[in-house]
Amino acid sequence: MTDTRSRYRAVTGHQLFWPVAVLVVMLAANTIYRPGFLSVEVNNGHLYGTPIDILRLSAPLILVALGMTVVISTGGIDLSVGSMVAISGATACLYISEQPDQNSLPAVLTGLAMGLGIALVLGAWNGVLVAVIGIQPIIATLILMVAGRGLAQLITEGQIITINSGPYRAIGLGHVLTLPLAILIALAAALLVAAFTRWTALGMIIESVGGNAEASRLAGIRSGRVVFLAYVLSAVCAAVAGFMITANVSSADGNAAGLWVELDAILAVVIGGTALAGGRFHLSGTILGALIIQTLTTSVYAMNISPQTALLFKAVVVIAVCLIQAPAFRARITRQRRAAPTSPPTPAREKEEVPA
Amino acid sequence: MSSTSLTLGRAKLRLPRRQVPVLATLVLLLVMYGIGVSQYRAFSNVQVVFNVFIDNGFLLVVAVGMTFVILTGGIDLSVGSVVAMTAMVSASLLQQGLPAQVVLVVALLIGPLLGFLMGCAIHFFEIQPFIVTLAGMFFARGMCTFISGSSIPITDGFWTTMSQQRIGDPQGNFVSISVLIAFAVVIVAAWTLAYTRLGRNVYAVGGNPQSALLMGLPVGRTRIAVYTISGLCSAIGGILLSFYTLSGAPLIAVGMELDVIAAVVIGGTVLTGGSGYVFGTVLGVLALGVIQTLITFDGSLNSWWTRIVIGGLLFAFILLQRLVGIRYK
Repeated sequence: MTDTRSRYRAVTGHQLFWPVAVLVVMLAANTIYRPGFLSVEVNNGHLYGTPIDILRLSAPLILVALGMTVVISTGGIDLSVGSMVAISGATACLYISEQPDQNSLPAVLTGLAMGLGIALVLGAWNGVLVAVIGIQPIIATLILMVAGRGLAQLITEGQIITINSGPYRAIGLGHVLTLPLAILIALAAALLVAAFTRWTALGMIIESVGGNAEASRLAGIRSGRVVFLAYVLSAVCAAVAGFMITANVSSADGNAAGLWVELDAILAVVIGGTALAGGRFHLSGTILGALIIQTLTTSVYAMNISPQTALLFKAVVVIAVCLIQAPAFRARITRQRRAAPTSPPTPAREKEEVPA
Repeated sequence: MSSTSLTLGRAKLRLPRRQVPVLATLVLLLVMYGIGVSQYRAFSNVQVVFNVFIDNGFLLVVAVGMTFVILTGGIDLSVGSVVAMTAMVSASLLQQGLPAQVVLVVALLIGPLLGFLMGCAIHFFEIQPFIVTLAGMFFARGMCTFISGSSIPITDGFWTTMSQQRIGDPQGNFVSISVLIAFAVVIVAAWTLAYTRLGRNVYAVGGNPQSALLMGLPVGRTRIAVYTISGLCSAIGGILLSFYTLSGAPLIAVGMELDVIAAVVIGGTVLTGGSGYVFGTVLGVLALGVIQTLITFDGSLNSWWTRIVIGGLLFAFILLQRLVGIRYK
């Protein structure tokens, strides 16, 4: 009996148990509501269906959340990713829209390179502020979050730039090997980050910096450089996500592109089990978190609820997941369950009074 | 390095270092106003200053609430949504024909209640303020569209009187009642922070929660109280906004939390907590207001320059706080 119980605890205690459970419950609820939800069909050699749509639409969020995971595991946070999405998308679209032949591959590649270049510069700016000057990450990136929206609008001159470029649209809507290209890019990025952090010492170094930057520095790790790189990586991920988001609609809107994506990304990271205080990180958990958020959005759309009201559901899910994962909440639940007969529950905390 | 700057500060300036950011904001404000007066003749009109207050009264009230939260080292991302939700709730209740007094009481209760719940979640379950108030932001914004997908006009007599009443001198300069309410909130908040037990607890918790707990201060109660206060200020801000616009719109005040945080930081409050003044926040809000007025007066600059300038100012002030030597963790 103790064996089954310990095995049960090993399963529920696993970092990915709750995210997977939430995802499965949501998919099940959707299937009950709409039996055709999980069906996937092949059309013109491409896969179509709601699950594929969820995968395709979650690709930008997965990318942003990947960068965010690394930043958060160094003990920081990057609020500027939303602005970064808007800036890089606007730069690429502006360059492509000025070309005589918008379909030419070199022009599109140059546009992408320019978008990436700007993101690199802005990521380096964030990195310098945090790692060299030593400003608290939440404020350092707040600067670009505020100013970045203005920069994006400056690039587009307050207009919505529309483009008509086949290769660029493919980033968001194209298919390779029956699968959407966007999800393959996100997957490749995830594998790349995973390879660098799990097969080399880099991941351990990042976690040690997040655990204690000063101790890591004394142990011979160049904390500053690791933190700096984390912000650059986050900016690059956001830039690629920006290309996808603008390619999806073939237009760049400095105001709306990537709005709230930083919040969704942070949510995905937290749902995935990475602590906001830094330290250990879980890339697979982050990807699951992004999928949960996109599934929630899609299912709310499918139920004919307005997208803004979807925020209500998001709030409920966030609180539920955070409560489940909060050690204090878990301890309280288990204590009540286990210590019913003898020991008094929560000695000090109960005395906290509420303010008048 | 910090010791040299300390001796320099004592020998030459004789300025308490903690007040340097606030003084810098004051200087900046005067310089910007001076630029405005020297460039545009109409800028010296007193009404321009009054208009800054009229246009930013609700922002000021919300920023005061945020100052409490940031002083304890927390953050409240839900303020913009709570402002919108309060305006929305009062508009929809008035539309259903409820008397203005009842609506006021209900609208002013919702914000603090949400703040109280968020404070409890933060304290009892030890979840990051960032995440909890983010959920609060989603919740309040979702409630707005849940109430109505489109804007609701307010035609109630009390609201229109509050909106149109002008209090002024014979020369025609005036302020609205909202400005007086905002000033009342500022004075009460400043008094609370400076002279009451709660205020001193706020500074103590922000300075070092561990020490505060060991000193026997009610850390949990203080923490929950500041989020409740922030909720109350957001609710008052929402009412002021509904006076200002005479409607409740589901997407109003989106991104306002950024302006509020920027105003508080420019006002010299340190985001890690423990240092700052309500007076600084007033100056921070005024600085944002004057920037907007300058850009409106200029005419050739577009609205996005406001964001870029605010970002630049944020950077300058954060750098200044570091140079002055206020310690970050």
